[in-house]
Amino acid sequence: MNSVGEACTDLKREYDQCFNRWFAEKFLKGDRSGDPCTETFRKYQRCVQKAIKEKDIPIDGVEFMGPNKDNST
Amino acid sequence: MVKYYCCAGLLKSTWDQVCVAFWQRYPNPYSNHVLTEDIIFREVTPTNCLISRRLLTKTSRAPRWMERYLPKQMASSAYIIEDSIVDPKRRTMTTLTWNISHARLMSVEERCEYRINPENGGWTEIKREAWISSCVYGLTRAVQEFGLARFKTSVTKTMKGFEYVLAKMQGETPSRTLAETATERARETALAAKEKAKDLASHAQKKQYV
Repeated sequence: MNSVGEACTDLKREYDQCFNRWFAEKFLKGDRSGDPCTETFRKYQRCVQKAIKEKDIPIDGVEFMGPNKDNST
Repeated sequence: MVKYYCCAGLLKSTWDQVCVAFWQRYPNPYSNHVLTEDIIFREVTPTNCLISRRLLTKTSRAPRWMERYLPKQMASSAYIIEDSIVDPKRRTMTTLTWNISHARLMSVEERCEYRINPENGGWTEIKREAWISSCVYGLTRAVQEFGLARFKTSVTKTMKGFEYVLAKMQGETPSRTLAETATERARETALAAKEKAKDLASHAQKKQYV
């Protein structure tokens, strides 16, 4: 899958590989022994956040799970 | 005025497998409309839940009657945000997805809860809710009906995509149904025949002038 920032796709795939392994083998099994993907995540985020700003994608200002607060469940 | 829709789904895989598949569901044969996918925020909370925000770009498929109401310079792709919380202790995953572009024209919010099926611990049930609204004067009802119809089609694709990815993960050879493959083959043959006919026609024309 491609990143929204064309230059970030390789970094994204590297991070995804690391995350998928950690998620299945550690996180879901309750292993809290730390995240081996911090560095690859940082590099990926630096790239993608820059691309988002350049493309003017309106991601700011929405709180996490924000829009659903008004809707009753 | 908001249109509300609710449905339930079932995946015959464990909750763990579904969560793993959730992060790997793109690309799949049913997601050609999804152009890009990025995690733009992720954190493990003090209570050991994983919270993430994913940004997706999808092709914006509005019917012609709706396109008249889109400003000409509006992008032909739509931006969607998906927030999620994975709780490995409670074995639940909650997601909230909504569009951050074209929102005045039509806003679709979808909330899903993934839990272990109470009748079969090896299966996962999905409770899905959607809120569809539009702010276009005079068109609200039409846009909402369109939005709801399209949402239902998306849900089918989503579930098929999930099943495909889960089958692949579990080492099975995922096969699109025989009917789908046959339809696609027929379509390809028809297209090839059309191209050939065009070719022949243009050849015949050229020959006339030689």
